[in-house]
Amino acid sequence: MNTDNLITDMHLDVLKEVGNIGAAHAATSLSQLLNRKIDMHVPKVELVSFDGMFDLAGGAETVVAGIFLRIEGDLSGSMFFVLPLDSANHFIRKLIGDETFDFASHDIPDMGISAMQELGNILSGSYLSALSDFTGLKIYPTVPSLSVDMVGAIVSFGLIEVSQHSDEVIVIDTQIREEGPDGTASVNGHFFLLPDPSSYAAIFRSLGVL
Amino acid sequence: MNVVKEPMTIRTSGLGSCVGVVLYDQTKKIAGLVHIMLPDSNLGKSDQVNVAKFADTGIYALMELLKAEGVRPMGLKAKIAGGSQMFQFGSNDTIRIGPRNIEAVKKELKRLSIPLTAEDTGGSSGRTIEFDPAHSILHVRTVSQGTKEI
Repeated sequence: MNTDNLITDMHLDVLKEVGNIGAAHAATSLSQLLNRKIDMHVPKVELVSFDGMFDLAGGAETVVAGIFLRIEGDLSGSMFFVLPLDSANHFIRKLIGDETFDFASHDIPDMGISAMQELGNILSGSYLSALSDFTGLKIYPTVPSLSVDMVGAIVSFGLIEVSQHSDEVIVIDTQIREEGPDGTASVNGHFFLLPDPSSYAAIFRSLGVL
Repeated sequence: MNVVKEPMTIRTSGLGSCVGVVLYDQTKKIAGLVHIMLPDSNLGKSDQVNVAKFADTGIYALMELLKAEGVRPMGLKAKIAGGSQMFQFGSNDTIRIGPRNIEAVKKELKRLSIPLTAEDTGGSSGRTIEFDPAHSILHVRTVSQGTKEI
Protein backbone atom coordinates (compact mmCIF):
# COMPACT_ATOMS: atom_id res chain seq x y z
CA MET A 1 0.00 0.00 0.00
CA ASN A 2 1.35 3.38 -0.93
CA THR A 3 0.60 5.79 1.89
CA ASP A 4 2.95 8.55 0.76
CA ASN A 5 0.22 10.59 -0.85
CA LEU A 6 -2.03 10.23 2.17
CA ILE A 7 0.24 11.94 4.65
CA THR A 8 -0.97 15.45 5.33
CA ASP A 9 -0.05 18.16 7.83
CA MET A 10 -2.84 16.90 10.04
CA HIS A 11 -1.21 13.48 10.26
CA LEU A 12 2.14 15.02 11.12
CA ASP A 13 0.50 17.20 13.80
CA VAL A 14 -1.05 14.15 15.44
CA LEU A 15 2.34 12.42 15.47
CA LYS A 16 3.85 15.51 17.06
CA GLU A 17 1.25 15.32 19.83
CA VAL A 18 2.05 11.65 20.40
CA GLY A 19 5.77 12.42 20.33
CA ASN A 20 5.37 15.08 22.99
CA ILE A 21 3.58 12.67 25.30
CA GLY A 22 6.41 10.16 24.88
CA ALA A 23 9.02 12.88 25.35
CA ALA A 24 7.44 14.09 28.60
CA HIS A 25 7.63 10.58 30.06
CA ALA A 26 11.22 10.10 28.91
CA ALA A 27 12.24 13.48 30.34
CA THR A 28 10.80 12.53 33.74
CA SER A 29 12.79 9.28 33.71
CA LEU A 30 15.99 11.06 32.79
CA SER A 31 15.45 13.80 35.39
CA GLN A 32 15.04 11.17 38.10
CA LEU A 33 18.12 9.30 36.91
CA LEU A 34 20.37 12.35 36.89
CA ASN A 35 18.65 14.42 39.54
CA ARG A 36 18.60 17.34 37.12
CA LYS A 37 15.93 19.30 35.31
CA ILE A 38 15.63 17.84 31.82
CA ASP A 39 13.40 19.22 29.13
CA MET A 40 12.34 17.26 26.06
CA HIS A 41 10.03 18.32 23.34
CA VAL A 42 9.15 17.56 19.75
CA PRO A 43 9.86 20.70 17.73
CA LYS A 44 8.28 19.23 14.63
CA VAL A 45 7.40 16.09 12.77
CA GLU A 46 8.42 16.17 9.17
CA LEU A 47 8.62 14.17 6.01
CA VAL A 48 12.28 14.73 5.13
CA SER A 49 14.86 13.46 2.65
CA PHE A 50 17.60 11.19 4.00
CA ASP A 51 20.16 14.01 3.83
CA GLY A 52 17.68 16.30 5.56
CA MET A 53 17.52 13.85 8.41
CA PHE A 54 21.32 13.78 8.87
CA ASP A 55 21.25 17.59 8.89
CA LEU A 56 18.85 17.49 11.86
CA ALA A 57 21.65 15.80 13.81
CA GLY A 58 24.39 18.18 12.66
CA GLY A 59 25.38 16.73 9.28
CA ALA A 60 26.27 13.19 8.15
CA GLU A 61 29.88 13.40 9.33
CA THR A 62 29.26 14.60 12.90
CA VAL A 63 30.61 12.10 15.40
CA VAL A 64 27.99 11.00 17.92
CA ALA A 65 27.22 8.34 20.49
CA GLY A 66 24.23 6.63 18.89
CA ILE A 67 21.90 4.09 20.43
CA PHE A 68 19.88 2.03 17.99
CA LEU A 69 16.99 -0.27 18.67
CA ARG A 70 14.30 -1.89 16.58
CA ILE A 71 10.62 -1.79 17.44
CA GLU A 72 8.45 -4.78 16.65
CA GLY A 73 4.79 -5.59 17.27
CA ASP A 74 1.74 -3.75 15.90
CA LEU A 75 4.12 -0.94 15.04
CA SER A 76 7.53 -1.65 13.54
CA GLY A 77 10.33 0.78 12.98
CA SER A 78 13.70 2.00 14.15
CA MET A 79 14.58 4.28 16.99
CA PHE A 80 17.78 6.24 17.53
CA PHE A 81 19.00 8.17 20.53
CA VAL A 82 21.81 10.39 19.29
CA LEU A 83 24.03 12.53 21.50
CA PRO A 84 27.01 14.67 20.47
CA LEU A 85 30.13 13.28 22.16
CA ASP A 86 30.49 16.08 24.72
CA SER A 87 26.84 15.65 25.76
CA ALA A 88 27.19 11.87 25.98
CA ASN A 89 30.34 12.30 28.11
CA HIS A 90 28.50 14.75 30.33
CA PHE A 91 25.61 12.32 31.01
CA ILE A 92 27.73 9.23 31.46
CA ARG A 93 30.29 10.91 33.75
CA LYS A 94 27.41 11.85 36.04
CA LEU A 95 25.87 8.39 35.85
CA ILE A 96 29.00 6.38 36.63
CA GLY A 97 30.72 9.02 38.77
CA ASP A 98 33.90 9.03 36.72
CA GLU A 99 34.95 12.46 35.45
CA THR A 100 37.73 10.99 33.26
CA PHE A 101 35.36 8.93 31.15
CA ASP A 102 35.53 9.81 27.44
CA PHE A 103 33.71 8.32 24.43
CA ALA A 104 36.48 9.66 22.22
CA SER A 105 39.06 7.38 23.88
CA HIS A 106 40.43 4.47 21.91
CA ASP A 107 39.17 1.73 24.20
CA ILE A 108 35.91 3.00 25.62
CA PRO A 109 35.54 1.55 29.16
CA ASP A 110 32.81 -1.13 29.33
CA MET A 111 31.22 0.61 32.29
CA GLY A 112 30.43 3.67 30.18
CA ILE A 113 29.14 1.64 27.23
CA SER A 114 26.89 -0.30 29.53
CA ALA A 115 25.63 2.90 31.19
CA MET A 116 24.90 4.47 27.81
CA GLN A 117 22.96 1.41 26.67
CA GLU A 118 21.00 1.46 29.91
CA LEU A 119 20.27 5.14 29.42
CA GLY A 120 18.98 4.34 25.94
CA ASN A 121 16.92 1.51 27.37
CA ILE A 122 15.25 3.63 30.06
CA LEU A 123 14.53 6.56 27.76
CA SER A 124 13.21 4.53 24.85
CA GLY A 125 11.21 2.36 27.27
CA SER A 126 9.38 5.30 28.81
CA TYR A 127 8.91 6.94 25.42
CA LEU A 128 7.50 3.81 23.83
CA SER A 129 5.25 2.81 26.72
CA ALA A 130 3.65 6.26 26.55
CA LEU A 131 3.20 5.82 22.82
CA SER A 132 1.74 2.35 23.35
CA ASP A 133 -0.71 3.53 26.04
CA PHE A 134 -1.88 6.38 23.86
CA THR A 135 -2.36 4.44 20.64
CA GLY A 136 -3.35 1.06 22.06
CA LEU A 137 -0.72 -0.51 19.78
CA LYS A 138 1.51 -3.28 21.09
CA ILE A 139 5.11 -2.14 20.84
CA TYR A 140 8.11 -4.29 21.70
CA PRO A 141 11.57 -2.71 21.65
CA THR A 142 14.69 -4.82 21.16
CA VAL A 143 17.77 -4.50 23.36
CA PRO A 144 19.61 -1.30 22.42
CA SER A 145 22.99 -1.31 20.75
CA LEU A 146 25.61 1.45 20.88
CA SER A 147 27.92 2.82 18.21
CA VAL A 148 30.25 5.81 18.41
CA ASP A 149 30.65 6.97 14.84
CA MET A 150 29.49 9.37 12.12
CA VAL A 151 25.79 10.10 12.44
CA GLY A 152 25.16 9.34 8.74
CA ALA A 153 26.64 5.87 9.11
CA ILE A 154 24.60 5.15 12.24
CA VAL A 155 21.22 6.56 11.25
CA SER A 156 21.30 5.29 7.66
CA PHE A 157 21.06 1.80 9.16
CA GLY A 158 17.50 2.67 10.16
CA LEU A 159 16.70 4.01 6.70
CA ILE A 160 17.28 0.75 4.83
CA GLU A 161 13.74 -0.42 5.50
CA VAL A 162 12.31 2.94 4.41
CA SER A 163 14.53 3.22 1.35
CA GLN A 164 12.81 0.21 -0.21
CA HIS A 165 9.63 2.28 -0.36
CA SER A 166 10.63 5.88 -0.84
CA ASP A 167 13.36 8.48 -0.52
CA GLU A 168 11.65 10.32 2.29
CA VAL A 169 11.02 9.39 5.88
CA ILE A 170 8.70 10.54 8.68
CA VAL A 171 10.95 11.81 11.44
CA ILE A 172 9.62 12.34 14.94
CA ASP A 173 12.57 14.31 16.26
CA THR A 174 12.81 14.97 19.97
CA GLN A 175 15.18 17.53 21.39
CA ILE A 176 16.70 16.95 24.80
CA ARG A 177 17.98 19.88 26.85
CA GLU A 178 19.40 20.06 30.29
CA GLU A 179 19.07 23.32 32.20
CA GLY A 180 22.44 24.42 33.55
CA PRO A 181 22.90 26.46 36.75
CA ASP A 182 22.81 29.71 34.75
CA GLY A 183 19.70 28.65 32.92
CA THR A 184 21.37 27.73 29.64
CA ALA A 185 20.95 24.38 27.97
CA SER A 186 24.08 22.34 28.40
CA VAL A 187 23.02 19.23 26.56
CA ASN A 188 21.49 18.89 23.17
CA GLY A 189 20.49 15.47 21.94
CA HIS A 190 18.00 13.91 19.59
CA PHE A 191 15.60 11.03 19.56
CA PHE A 192 14.55 9.79 16.16
CA LEU A 193 11.56 7.53 15.73
CA LEU A 194 11.34 6.16 12.20
CA PRO A 195 8.23 4.07 11.66
CA ASP A 196 8.52 1.54 8.83
CA PRO A 197 6.29 2.63 5.93
CA SER A 198 4.33 -0.61 6.34
CA SER A 199 3.31 0.70 9.79
CA TYR A 200 2.08 4.15 8.73
CA ALA A 201 -1.46 2.88 8.22
CA ALA A 202 -1.54 1.14 11.63
CA ILE A 203 -0.44 4.30 13.45
CA PHE A 204 -2.88 6.60 11.74
CA ARG A 205 -5.73 4.13 12.14
CA SER A 206 -5.05 3.85 15.89
CA LEU A 207 -5.11 7.64 16.14
CA GLY A 208 -8.35 7.88 14.20
CA VAL A 209 -6.94 9.90 11.32
CA LEU A 210 -7.05 7.37 8.52
CA MET B 1 24.98 10.40 -8.34
CA ASN B 2 27.29 12.93 -9.93
CA VAL B 3 30.27 13.36 -12.26
CA VAL B 4 33.30 15.67 -11.91
CA LYS B 5 36.45 16.55 -13.85
CA GLU B 6 39.81 17.63 -12.38
CA PRO B 7 40.59 19.82 -10.45
CA MET B 8 37.22 19.22 -8.76
CA THR B 9 36.81 16.34 -6.34
CA ILE B 10 33.70 14.36 -5.47
CA ARG B 11 32.73 13.15 -2.01
CA THR B 12 30.08 11.51 0.10
CA SER B 13 30.09 11.53 3.90
CA GLY B 14 28.93 9.19 6.63
CA LEU B 15 28.75 5.93 4.68
CA GLY B 16 27.62 3.04 6.86
CA SER B 17 26.19 -0.05 5.22
CA CYS B 18 25.97 1.91 1.96
CA VAL B 19 28.72 1.47 -0.62
CA GLY B 20 30.27 4.44 -2.43
CA VAL B 21 31.19 3.39 -5.97
CA VAL B 22 33.61 5.56 -7.94
CA LEU B 23 33.98 5.00 -11.68
CA TYR B 24 36.89 6.90 -13.20
CA ASP B 25 38.84 7.41 -16.39
CA GLN B 26 42.51 7.84 -15.53
CA THR B 27 43.53 9.53 -18.78
CA LYS B 28 40.53 11.82 -19.16
CA LYS B 29 40.69 12.64 -15.41
CA ILE B 30 36.97 12.41 -14.98
CA ALA B 31 35.08 10.47 -12.33
CA GLY B 32 31.57 9.72 -11.13
CA LEU B 33 30.25 8.64 -7.74
CA VAL B 34 27.11 6.74 -6.87
CA HIS B 35 25.88 5.98 -3.36
CA ILE B 36 24.45 2.43 -3.24
CA MET B 37 21.98 1.75 -0.41
CA LEU B 38 20.46 -1.57 -1.43
CA PRO B 39 21.76 -4.59 -3.37
CA ASP B 40 18.86 -5.24 -5.70
CA SER B 41 16.15 -3.10 -7.32
CA ASN B 42 13.72 -5.99 -6.82
CA LEU B 43 13.74 -4.91 -3.15
CA GLY B 44 12.05 -1.70 -4.25
CA LYS B 45 8.44 -1.66 -3.07
CA SER B 46 7.34 1.52 -4.77
CA ASP B 47 6.35 2.27 -8.36
CA GLN B 48 8.76 5.13 -8.79
CA VAL B 49 12.23 3.62 -8.63
CA ASN B 50 15.21 5.81 -7.79
CA VAL B 51 17.76 3.86 -9.86
CA ALA B 52 20.73 5.48 -8.12
CA LYS B 53 20.29 3.66 -4.82
CA PHE B 54 20.39 0.05 -6.05
CA ALA B 55 23.60 -1.78 -7.02
CA ASP B 56 22.07 -3.47 -10.07
CA THR B 57 20.75 -0.21 -11.56
CA GLY B 58 22.87 2.58 -10.02
CA ILE B 59 26.28 1.57 -11.38
CA TYR B 60 24.85 1.14 -14.87
CA ALA B 61 23.17 4.56 -14.65
CA LEU B 62 26.47 6.13 -13.57
CA MET B 63 28.23 4.48 -16.51
CA GLU B 64 25.63 5.95 -18.88
CA LEU B 65 26.14 9.38 -17.29
CA LEU B 66 29.90 9.11 -17.90
CA LYS B 67 29.30 7.94 -21.47
CA ALA B 68 27.26 11.09 -22.04
CA GLU B 69 30.38 13.03 -20.98
CA GLY B 70 32.36 11.34 -23.75
CA VAL B 71 33.99 8.60 -21.68
CA ARG B 72 34.42 5.17 -23.30
CA PRO B 73 33.24 2.32 -21.02
CA MET B 74 36.43 0.40 -21.94
CA GLY B 75 38.53 3.04 -20.18
CA LEU B 76 36.61 2.92 -16.91
CA LYS B 77 37.97 1.57 -13.63
CA ALA B 78 36.34 1.38 -10.21
CA LYS B 79 37.22 2.01 -6.57
CA ILE B 80 34.73 1.26 -3.82
CA ALA B 81 34.39 1.87 -0.07
CA GLY B 82 31.74 1.24 2.58
CA GLY B 83 29.48 -1.71 3.31
CA SER B 84 30.13 -1.88 7.02
CA GLN B 85 27.99 -3.65 9.58
CA MET B 86 27.14 -0.85 12.01
CA PHE B 87 24.92 -2.97 14.27
CA GLN B 88 24.59 -6.69 14.79
CA PHE B 89 20.82 -6.82 14.51
CA GLY B 90 17.95 -5.32 12.56
CA SER B 91 14.85 -6.31 10.64
CA ASN B 92 15.06 -9.28 8.28
CA ASP B 93 15.78 -7.05 5.32
CA THR B 94 18.59 -5.16 7.00
CA ILE B 95 20.62 -8.04 8.44
CA ARG B 96 24.01 -8.23 6.71
CA ILE B 97 22.96 -5.42 4.34
CA GLY B 98 26.54 -4.08 4.21
CA PRO B 99 28.16 -7.34 3.02
CA ARG B 100 25.24 -7.90 0.63
CA ASN B 101 25.76 -4.44 -0.88
CA ILE B 102 29.49 -5.13 -1.40
CA GLU B 103 28.74 -8.47 -3.03
CA ALA B 104 26.12 -6.97 -5.34
CA VAL B 105 28.39 -4.06 -6.34
CA LYS B 106 31.23 -6.45 -7.26
CA LYS B 107 28.90 -8.67 -9.25
CA GLU B 108 27.60 -5.69 -11.21
CA LEU B 109 31.12 -4.35 -11.90
CA LYS B 110 32.05 -7.78 -13.23
CA ARG B 111 28.96 -7.87 -15.44
CA LEU B 112 29.86 -4.45 -16.87
CA SER B 113 33.54 -5.55 -17.27
CA ILE B 114 34.80 -2.65 -15.13
CA PRO B 115 38.00 -3.61 -13.25
CA LEU B 116 37.98 -2.97 -9.49
CA THR B 117 41.37 -1.43 -8.67
CA ALA B 118 40.97 -0.71 -4.95
CA GLU B 119 38.50 -1.18 -2.11
CA ASP B 120 38.10 -0.41 1.57
CA THR B 121 35.02 -2.34 2.59
CA GLY B 122 33.40 -4.17 5.51
CA GLY B 123 34.22 -3.72 9.18
CA SER B 124 31.98 -1.81 11.56
CA SER B 125 33.00 1.83 11.03
CA GLY B 126 31.43 4.68 9.14
CA ARG B 127 33.43 6.22 6.28
CA THR B 128 33.65 9.54 4.50
CA ILE B 129 35.16 9.26 1.03
CA GLU B 130 36.53 11.78 -1.44
CA PHE B 131 37.85 11.02 -4.91
CA ASP B 132 40.41 13.12 -6.73
CA PRO B 133 40.17 12.48 -10.50
CA ALA B 134 43.48 14.27 -11.18
CA HIS B 135 45.43 11.52 -9.39
CA SER B 136 42.80 8.73 -9.32
CA ILE B 137 43.09 8.56 -5.54
CA LEU B 138 40.26 7.75 -3.15
CA HIS B 139 40.64 9.28 0.33
CA VAL B 140 38.83 7.25 2.98
CA ARG B 141 38.32 8.74 6.44
CA THR B 142 37.11 6.85 9.51
CA VAL B 143 36.62 8.18 13.04
CA SER B 144 39.06 5.75 14.67
CA GLN B 145 41.76 5.46 12.00
CA GLY B 146 41.96 8.84 10.32
CA THR B 147 42.40 9.19 6.57
CA LYS B 148 43.97 6.70 4.21
CA GLU B 149 44.47 6.71 0.46
CA ILE B 150 43.56 3.87 -1.82
